[in-house]
Amino acid sequence: MFDVLVGIFSYGFLVRALIVGLLVALCASLLGTSLVLKRYSMIGDGLSHVGFGTLALATALHAAPLAVSLPIVVLAAFLLLRISENSRIKGDAAIALISTTALAVGVLVISLTTGMNTDVTNYLFGSILTMNASDVWLSVVLAVIVLVLFVFCYHKLFAVTFDETFARATGVRPGFYNMLIALLTAVTIVLGMRMMGALLISSLIIFPPLTAMRLCKTFRSVTIASALISLACFFIGVVVSFVCSTPTGATVVIINVLAFCLFWLLALLRSRAPS
Amino acid sequence: MTLFTCKNASFAYEGHVVVSGLDFTVERGDYLCIVGENGSGKSTLIKGLLKLLAPKEGSVELGEGLKPAEIGYLPQLTPVQKDFPASVFEVVVSGRLGSRGLLPFYTQADKALAEQQLALLGMEKLKRCCYRELSGGQQQRVLLARALTAMSEALLLDEPVSGLDPLVTQELYRVVSEINRERGVTIVMVSHDIRSAVHYASHILHLQNTQVFFGTSADYLQSPVGIDFLGGA
Ligand SMILES: Nc1ncnc2c1ncn2[C@@H]1O[C@H](COP(=O)(O)OP(=O)(O)OP(=O)(O)O)[C@@H](O)[C@H]1O
Ligand SMILES: [Mg+2]
Repeated sequence: MFDVLVGIFSYGFLVRALIVGLLVALCASLLGTSLVLKRYSMIGDGLSHVGFGTLALATALHAAPLAVSLPIVVLAAFLLLRISENSRIKGDAAIALISTTALAVGVLVISLTTGMNTDVTNYLFGSILTMNASDVWLSVVLAVIVLVLFVFCYHKLFAVTFDETFARATGVRPGFYNMLIALLTAVTIVLGMRMMGALLISSLIIFPPLTAMRLCKTFRSVTIASALISLACFFIGVVVSFVCSTPTGATVVIINVLAFCLFWLLALLRSRAPS
Repeated sequence: MTLFTCKNASFAYEGHVVVSGLDFTVERGDYLCIVGENGSGKSTLIKGLLKLLAPKEGSVELGEGLKPAEIGYLPQLTPVQKDFPASVFEVVVSGRLGSRGLLPFYTQADKALAEQQLALLGMEKLKRCCYRELSGGQQQRVLLARALTAMSEALLLDEPVSGLDPLVTQELYRVVSEINRERGVTIVMVSHDIRSAVHYASHILHLQNTQVFFGTSADYLQSPVGIDFLGGA
């Protein structure tokens, strides 16, 4: 085990990937708690598809992926939030429209320029080799902002997530917090997308809160457990993928699935056990 | 002192007027019951009183020193909350949020106040319980405790007894009426339970997308609208 860790830390790109990945996993799980509880989790999915389109565009333009993806995905986040706030049912369909459109544009751009190559597979399923210094810095800044938000606005976030109407009546502005969460989610997705893969990144947002909710019964414990689960699953996933030479993104997702099953079983056992 | 004044107010969603001709006042210590059929604009009016919705015409004024953030409010239940992982205490103490301003954390006084309200409703044993594992009636009581934690002067309750069994319903009416009498808290309640409404409330406001009656409960019982709505009682 120790040898494996030394092995990982001897590769600069792996250390970078680990830092960015852990920070992204942390942010995704915290933001995910709020998104999942508000039934907004499909926003994460929609954004990751838009992210794929922007990566394809960036390659076609020979531009830095971050510079192209970030503004477009943030814009898409505002749009998706608007749609899902206005009417639930239609919002669902509208998000599917936007995400398939983005996917189609991405595929077209790719086939008209580079054609299907390893770059494209990397976009879809992730590659651990793609993290550079600017990704590390951006992820540190993002994590600091998300942590500050969750520590200092924790009670407001609770109120906004639990009961928007009541929150509004007590003078909290739900619109502002919804925007902030959507915006931070967009940045998280753009950062994590190239490592985890555009098709897999939304799992980091959805799995940890759902796993935590199997066993935890208060908002505080769900939030904390979800962050810890996400960090643990990501770390284990990277180690396993290093040892078994499997794709990192997919491995992390599978570890998250296993954690979910484990928690689900524990919850089942607990409900059966006489208390 | 007058707490709420509606002057010929109307409310609209996207330009479409849903309730109009609102002309009434609520004095301190009043117990007003808003009645009317589904979709007659009751919840809309409550939102208007809380300043969550601006009137399209006319005006809604709050009494001097009454801030919307300090009105206890019990919204109609939404499906999201039914399986929300939160402890009872987390929900109740969130009522203090309006008085917190920019302070990020609750003080001991906030927490003590929340515990007091739980005790008042006989829920102190459930403090650590998970909200989603409570029965509908218990959930409703938790939300009432939250409203009590938030309020200073007035309590706005939107269908607080929907889905409760008759016994718990009577209990809740008794608690609300006690708060009204003993602490002088002004109550505005939406209810479909017209019989209890006229029994407990001092005033009745009957809506039918416009105001069809406003006055004391005793007058309501004599009025044509009241006799009609109570239908062969
Ligand atoms: N957010 C909204 N956007 C558009 N129309 C709305 C909105 N909320 C309510 N309405 C409409 O306004 C009218 C009054 O709604 P309101 O919720 O005030 O009724 P209510 O008297 O509270 O009914 P209930 O007894 O069912 O609670 C309804 O016709 C409803 O369709
Ligand atoms: Mg209503």
